[in-house]
Amino acid sequence: MGAQLRVVRRRIRSVQATKKITKAMELIAASRIVKAQNRLTATRPYTIELSRALTAAASNSTSIDDHPLLSTQKQKVRAAMVVITADRGLAGAYSSNAIREAQALSNLLQEDEGYEVVPYVVGRKAEGWFRFRGRPVARAWTGISDQPSYEDATEIADAVLERFLQPTEEGGADQIHIVYTGFKNMVTQEVRVRRILPLEVVEEQEEAGTELAPLYDFEPSAEAVLDALLPRYVRTVIYTALLESAASEHAARRRAMKAATDNADDLIKSLTRQANQARQAEITQEISEIVGGADALSSVTAGSE
Amino acid sequence: MTLQVQLVAADRSVWSGEGSMVIARTVDGDIGVLPGHEPLLAELASGVVLVKTIDGDDVAAAVHGGFISVDADAVSLLAEVAELSHEIDVDRARKALDEASNGGASDDDDANRAAQIRAETRLRAAEARI
Repeated sequence: MGAQLRVVRRRIRSVQATKKITKAMELIAASRIVKAQNRLTATRPYTIELSRALTAAASNSTSIDDHPLLSTQKQKVRAAMVVITADRGLAGAYSSNAIREAQALSNLLQEDEGYEVVPYVVGRKAEGWFRFRGRPVARAWTGISDQPSYEDATEIADAVLERFLQPTEEGGADQIHIVYTGFKNMVTQEVRVRRILPLEVVEEQEEAGTELAPLYDFEPSAEAVLDALLPRYVRTVIYTALLESAASEHAARRRAMKAATDNADDLIKSLTRQANQARQAEITQEISEIVGGADALSSVTAGSE
Repeated sequence: MTLQVQLVAADRSVWSGEGSMVIARTVDGDIGVLPGHEPLLAELASGVVLVKTIDGDDVAAAVHGGFISVDADAVSLLAEVAELSHEIDVDRARKALDEASNGGASDDDDANRAAQIRAETRLRAAEARI
């Protein structure tokens, strides 16, 4: 076999092996998107009920403006930012998009508003990014981005809440932001930036026809219930962000792996053409050699008679 | 008249259905909710939630921190962690209780106390008594 043909066939085999791997990853990611979506839907009853309770408690509390988690009367010294990325690569631009947004946010906070930015990161990709640039990270959580649990969210929420409630002079943060990837549908995911603390109190306009909130009896008191509700609300916000990011990560990985599989297909096709061409060239050469040899032989024997 | 009861944890809906009575432990003490109860929003303590269903069965669950809201015969129990009695691993809960009452794994007394209460709650819910 000719040397060129052998080389081309070896490349075909290696591309085929790669294609098998990317195809498998594509299928795995596809099945995980569905699971992640189901987990997201499973949190909805809790989130809805919690928001309802929060609205009721907030509208019945008298000291809502003084609440430490709601008050915007803070200094403007330090802002913390939670960045959610993937642990593993091969997910297209998923992590780099989130990091780019985080970078834009931190520039905005630093240059336009004069905050000192403290990053909290989720996922090995963001951790590596900050470490490589020598930027200090307040805390990093890794190994949870695939399947975040509520306990993970609680841990993150408690860490940022503690930082938020610290006095500014002792290193506390005055604002907490979160950067995550929202899952719109299977093909569209977008990076979202939200401020989680201080919580924004939206005064809802009472529309005619909507039913009035019932006159709840609070136990122990509206303020105490609100106190207990707010940290839990922060946890759910973070939990939802983690789950949406996980779903987006799987969707991004599926798309990246589908592109890789398609590319491998194209490559195999063009390499097969090359291999065929090389094979035909070889055969043509062999035939012409045989014919040439036979010709030479017959002319020798013809001359001897 | 019946109560529309739903018990939801942070990551899933644990139980929902119709009940004739709900008994839960708030931070101020145990509370029983019957149909026609006034609107209520209360903070739950670690404890057992008991729902008497209209079929006469009891549904018990261990709940660690959360809220109960009652409005127009709809009872929502929100808990960060909730387990139905048959989901509870009794051996593990017993082990956790032993560990916590013997000084526990951590040096933090508050954490140990909380772990002990959690384990006790789970055992009580598993045995479905209040």
